Amino acid sequence: MNVLEFTFLVWAGSLVAGFLGALTGLGGGVVLVPLLTIFFHVDLRYAIGASLVSVIATSSGSAAAYVKEGFSNIRIGMFLEIATTIGALLGAYLTVKVPASAIAIIFGIVLLYSAYVSRRTRPRTSVEQPPDPLATKLKMNGSFPDTSGVRQYNVYNVPSGFGVMFIAGTLSGLLGIGSGALKVVAMDQAMKIPFKVSTTTSNFMIGVTAAASAGVYLSRGYIDPSLAMPVMIGVLMGSLLGTRVLVKTQTKLLRQVFSGVIVLLGLEMMFKGLTGGL
Amino acid sequence: MTVKPLNDERVEALIANLLRAGVVIAALVVIGGAVPYLAAHPRAHVTYRTFQGEPDELKAVHQIIPNAFSGDPRGIMQLGLLLLIATPIARVVFSAGAFAVEGDRMYVGFTLIVLAVLLYSLFGSFLIA
Repeated sequence: MNVLEFTFLVWAGSLVAGFLGALTGLGGGVVLVPLLTIFFHVDLRYAIGASLVSVIATSSGSAAAYVKEGFSNIRIGMFLEIATTIGALLGAYLTVKVPASAIAIIFGIVLLYSAYVSRRTRPRTSVEQPPDPLATKLKMNGSFPDTSGVRQYNVYNVPSGFGVMFIAGTLSGLLGIGSGALKVVAMDQAMKIPFKVSTTTSNFMIGVTAAASAGVYLSRGYIDPSLAMPVMIGVLMGSLLGTRVLVKTQTKLLRQVFSGVIVLLGLEMMFKGLTGGL
Repeated sequence: MTVKPLNDERVEALIANLLRAGVVIAALVVIGGAVPYLAAHPRAHVTYRTFQGEPDELKAVHQIIPNAFSGDPRGIMQLGLLLLIATPIARVVFSAGAFAVEGDRMYVGFTLIVLAVLLYSLFGSFLIA
């Protein structure tokens, strides 16, 4: 392929990934690395570098839309970013040590897990509990606008949430993804933070987490400008488009189709990892 | 002159605008490098099948900036990507300032820890390369 063809096709593929990622809420980053490695035969390290850059772009680019709604909690985000950034730094160093085949297998597992989380319905037992002393000390309890005025919420299980965030950060740095699914699990499931607050705060955190491993990637030569350029522009345009049509479309079927695609890509990544095809 | 109280909602709105401006500027710089890059060798063969790593002038922060200003198209794109990476870092700096204005020392401390990790990644990580 020549430069023009390659750039155009990577841009178009990234546009679709970003669009579907935003529309389904699953994030575009998770399909980018399989797209680049399986279909464009890009080396795993270059693919991870380009994917991570696009993760920063979508997180920062869509923050404006989320903030307007008033759901995200800056204190929760900032405190948990201590865990995600240190994890991301560790993950970025691990990419150098861990063989490509192992990274591909881990990637496959994470893809399957993301698809599983997106399909699961969330049974939430909202039993009123007394406020958690640690969360209160950390000033994490907050409120958000609801249909019936302002709703207060309390935060629980800060240490286990912090631990899951560390793992989410490590995976983000190791695989060049936002690991939004795991971040939401940490906040929504472990810390009992309302789902809307979890998703918007997670989006806020993704950019900072990715920036923590981007520095390492840059100095290791994983970020190639000619490859990252069409990926970043494509994903950014796709995700902005996706958030715009999000309100108008029925996304249930699309979500199922996209999570089906993620399952297939996950199996393919695991297969490639096991057979040494990457 | 009246100063509006710096409450959380206002801080978040300012941060969102900061992030958006950072992404727009970064994307424009990347496109500014992409045009001459694509025009220079549109028909050249390209492959990323094997990892070679980037040359020094596209790796270290202190070399990316002068390289971009020398007019190298790939260097300009890399500067745009560097600006993109700097956007969340600017957000953390801004948050530290906002927490300081609110007088929340505990969160100034947390924010500075996050900032230290980010700056270490960007400027110090080649030390143990």
